[in-house]
Amino acid sequence: MAVTDLNPRLPGRLRTRPLMGGGSPWLWAAGGIAALVLAPVAALLWQAAQGSNGLWNHLWAYVLAPALGQTALLLAGVGLVVTVLGTALAWLVAAHAFPGRRLLDWALLLPLAVPSYIIAFVYLEVTHPLGPLQDGLRALLGYTSPREFRLPDIRSLPGAIFLLGLVLYPYVYLPVRAMFAMQAAGLLEAGRMLGCTRRGLLWRLALPLARPAIAAGASLALMETLNDIGAAEFLGVRTLTVSIYATWVTRSDLPGAAQIALVMLAVVAALVALERFARRRQRFAGGAQRMRPLVPVRLTGLRGWAALGLGLVPVLLGFGVPLAWLLSEAVTRIAETGISAQLRAEMRATLLLATAATVAVVAGGLVVALTARLCPGGPGAVIGRLASLGYAMPGTVVALGVLVPVGALDRLLDAGARAVLGQGTGLVLIGSGLALGYAYLVRFLAIAVGGCESGLAQIPSSLDQAARSLGHGPAASLRRLHLPLLRPALIAAALLVFVDTMKELSATLLLRPLGVETLATHLYGEAARGSHEDGAIAGLAIVAVGILPVIALSRLAQRRGI
Amino acid sequence: MTLSPRALLLTSALLAPLPLAAAELNLYTSREPKLVEPLLTAFTAETGITVTTVFLKDGLAERVAAEGAASPADVLMAVDAGNMADLAAKGLTQAIDSEAVLAAVPKELRDPENQWVALSMRARVVYAAKDLGLSAITYEELADPKWAGKICIRSGQHPYNTGLFAAYLAHHGTAATETWLTGLKANLARKPGGGDRDGAKDILGGICDIAVANSYYVGLMRTNEKEPEQKAWGEAITVLLPTFKDGGTHVNISGAAIAKHAPHKAEAVQLLEYLTSDAAQKLYAEANFEYPVKAGAELSPIVAGFGPLSVDPLPLTEVVKARKEASALVDKVGFDN
Repeated sequence: MAVTDLNPRLPGRLRTRPLMGGGSPWLWAAGGIAALVLAPVAALLWQAAQGSNGLWNHLWAYVLAPALGQTALLLAGVGLVVTVLGTALAWLVAAHAFPGRRLLDWALLLPLAVPSYIIAFVYLEVTHPLGPLQDGLRALLGYTSPREFRLPDIRSLPGAIFLLGLVLYPYVYLPVRAMFAMQAAGLLEAGRMLGCTRRGLLWRLALPLARPAIAAGASLALMETLNDIGAAEFLGVRTLTVSIYATWVTRSDLPGAAQIALVMLAVVAALVALERFARRRQRFAGGAQRMRPLVPVRLTGLRGWAALGLGLVPVLLGFGVPLAWLLSEAVTRIAETGISAQLRAEMRATLLLATAATVAVVAGGLVVALTARLCPGGPGAVIGRLASLGYAMPGTVVALGVLVPVGALDRLLDAGARAVLGQGTGLVLIGSGLALGYAYLVRFLAIAVGGCESGLAQIPSSLDQAARSLGHGPAASLRRLHLPLLRPALIAAALLVFVDTMKELSATLLLRPLGVETLATHLYGEAARGSHEDGAIAGLAIVAVGILPVIALSRLAQRRGI
Repeated sequence: MTLSPRALLLTSALLAPLPLAAAELNLYTSREPKLVEPLLTAFTAETGITVTTVFLKDGLAERVAAEGAASPADVLMAVDAGNMADLAAKGLTQAIDSEAVLAAVPKELRDPENQWVALSMRARVVYAAKDLGLSAITYEELADPKWAGKICIRSGQHPYNTGLFAAYLAHHGTAATETWLTGLKANLARKPGGGDRDGAKDILGGICDIAVANSYYVGLMRTNEKEPEQKAWGEAITVLLPTFKDGGTHVNISGAAIAKHAPHKAEAVQLLEYLTSDAAQKLYAEANFEYPVKAGAELSPIVAGFGPLSVDPLPLTEVVKARKEASALVDKVGFDN
C-alpha cells in the first residue's frame, strides 16, 4: 500500500509511550466499564454451561450450513452496498462543490433515522401487489388484476440486502466524510503537487487513508445487520440470529440459544480482531498544522446537477419513501383522533431514556478510548476491545444476559431490605429503568468507543507530548486538548448512540419497567397484532425524533468546518 | 458507569411505586395488549381494580424468573399451550383454586394440576381464494403436489405453526410428518414469513391461492373500520375448517396463570374469574372472534359462518409434548430457508 510505505516519513506518526502506570484511576474506570459489559457475557456463559441435549448435532446437520450461508451472503451484500455507497457519497460531498451540496451533506444522514424494521415494513407495503407501486404499474401497462402481472416478492435475500444497505450506509458515510474533510487535505495537496492525477488521488491516497474509517463504519453496519431481527423476520431471511430465536423461543432451550450466541460472538470478535490485525501497522495522523478543510473541486453545469441528482437517490429511497408512506398513513389517523396522551407520554419516555443512555454511553466510551490512548499496547487497548463486545450481540441476547445478574442483584436488595427494614424495595434496578439503561450501555458502548478512538487517532501524539511537556496531566490534557479537538467525533458518536437507543426494540421489550412504553415498543405492539395505522404515528415519531439530532448535529458539525 | 444528573433524575422519575394499594393488579402478557384491552377495561369498570400491563414479546418466563420473589407480576398471559406449559414447568405459576374458574374451563383446556387455564380457543384454518370454489380440505392434502406454488404460510418456527405440526406429528409419527412438511414446503408460493393476515392479503394480491392461518383474523379483517383495506382482504377469502383425516380441526389456546409470587393474589383470582365469566367469554367471541372456552357461550356470526368446528380430540398435552420435535423437523426440511 502506498500509504503504508509513506508512513514512516509522516511527521506526526504515533509513537506514544505509556503515560501512566498500572494503578491509574483511568485504567480502573475503564476496567470497570469493561467489566460491566462483560457481566452479561459471563451470565450467558453460565447459561450455556447448563448444557443442551444434542442441540449441536441437530445444528450441524440441518441448521448451520444454510444459516451461515444466508448470514454470509447477507453480510457480504450489505457490506458491499454500505462501503461503496457510503464512501462514494462521502467523496462526492467532501471533495466536490455543486448546487445543493450543503443540503446533501446532512440529508445523506437522514436514512439513519429510519429503523430497519420500519423500512422493511414500509417497502413490504409499498411493493406488495396491492401497494401503490404495482397498482400504478398495472394501470400503466393496462392490467386489471395482480394475477395477470406482478413483480417478484421483496421478501428475499437481495431485498434484505437492498433495504438494510439503504438505512445502514450512513454508518460509513459519516466517519469517512469526516475523515476526508478533516484530514485528507494536506496529503491530497501534497499528492497533487507531486503530480498525482485526480483518479490517482482517490485511489492511491484518499481511499487508503479512509480505510480505518471505512472499516469502523462498515463493521458497525455489519453488526447491525447481524443482530437485526425485525427486518430479517419481515423479509424471511434466516440468519444465525433467527436460529438463536428458534432455539430459545420455540424449543425453550435457553442454554442452547446462549451457546449459539456465544459462538456467534466469538466469530464476530475474531473477525473484528482480524480486521484490526490487517491494518495494525497503519497509523494515519497528519501534522497538527495540517488539519484544515479540503478545497473542493467545483462541478459546474450539468455535472453539478447530476452530482446532486445521484446523491439524492439514496436519500429518497432510504428516507423519502418511508417518510412519505408513514406520513400518508399517519395524517389520516391524526386528523381523526389526534395524538393521544399515551403516545405523548411514550415520546417523553423515549426521549428521556435515549438522552440518559447517550450521556452515559458517550462518557463511558470516552473514558475507555482515552485510556486506550494513554496506555497503548497495554491493558488499555484490551479493555477497549472488551468494552466493545456488546455491539456484537443481538439486543435480546444482551437483555437476557443483563436480566440474570441484575435480577439477582434486585432480589438481593429486596431480600436485604426486607431483613433490615422489614419492608421490601421491590425491583429497584428493573423497576427504575436502570437495567434497561445498562443494556443500552452494553449494546452501544462500541459506537462511542469506536467514535472516540477514530477521533483520537486524528489528534497527533505530538500534541499529547506537547501538553505533557507543558506540565498537563491526563485530566488537564483531556479538558484543554482532547475534548475540544474531539468535539466533532463526540458529536458524531452521540448522534449514532442517541438514534440507535431510540429505535432499539428487543432489549427494550424485555427490560422496560412496568407501565413504561417507548415508541418502538408501541410500534411493535401494533405490528404484532397486524394493525398498522396507529403504529404509523409511532413510526413517524421515531423517524421525526431521529431526524432532529441528525439535523442539529450535522449543522453543528458543518459550522465547525467538518 | 458514569451517571449524569439527568440519568439520576430519570431514574427517580421512573422509580416504580411499590405495590401497596389494594385495588390494583399487574399483568405480564405476551399477547398483544390491544386484544385484551377491552376485557381489562370492562374488568376495571366492574371491580374498580386497575390493571397495569407489561407486554413482553419473548422472554416472559425469563423475566418473571429473574425477578423471583420480588416480582410484581400477578397474572401471566400467553398464547399457545406450549408457552403456558413452559411457565408451569419452570415453576413460575401456582395452582388456581377458584371453583368458578375450574367450573367454567373444561378439563382438557387446562393444566392437569390447574397451573394454567385456557381463556379462548383459535382454530388453525385454511383461507382459500373465493373464486377457487374449494369447500373442504384436510391438513394432509396441503402437501398434495396439485397445490405447488400456491400456498402462503408464516414462519414454520412460529408457535402457531409448530403447534399444528406437533399435532400432525402426534397423529402420524415422525417419518410421515417429515414427508408432509417437505411436500408443504414444496407447495409454498413464497418464503414463509409475515403474519397470518398476510395470507389473506397475498391471496388478494395474487401471490397464492390458499393460506394457513388462525381463525380470528378473518373477523378482525372483515370488521376493520380503522383500516378499511383489510375488509377487502377478509372478503377475498373463504374460510375452510380443515381436519386431520383421522381427527378434527387443530385448535390452540390463549391462556392465563397466576404468578407464583403474585403480590395481589386475590385480585388475580378475581381477574381469572372475570375472564371466564359469561360476559367476558362473550367479549372474546364478539370482539376478538375467538372460540370461547365456556360451554354455551355464543359465537360471533362471522365465526359461526365458518361452519361447525369439530375440535381435534388429541389432548393439548400431547401437542405440547411433540412441539420440540416438530420444531426440529422444521429445521430439518429447511422449511424457512
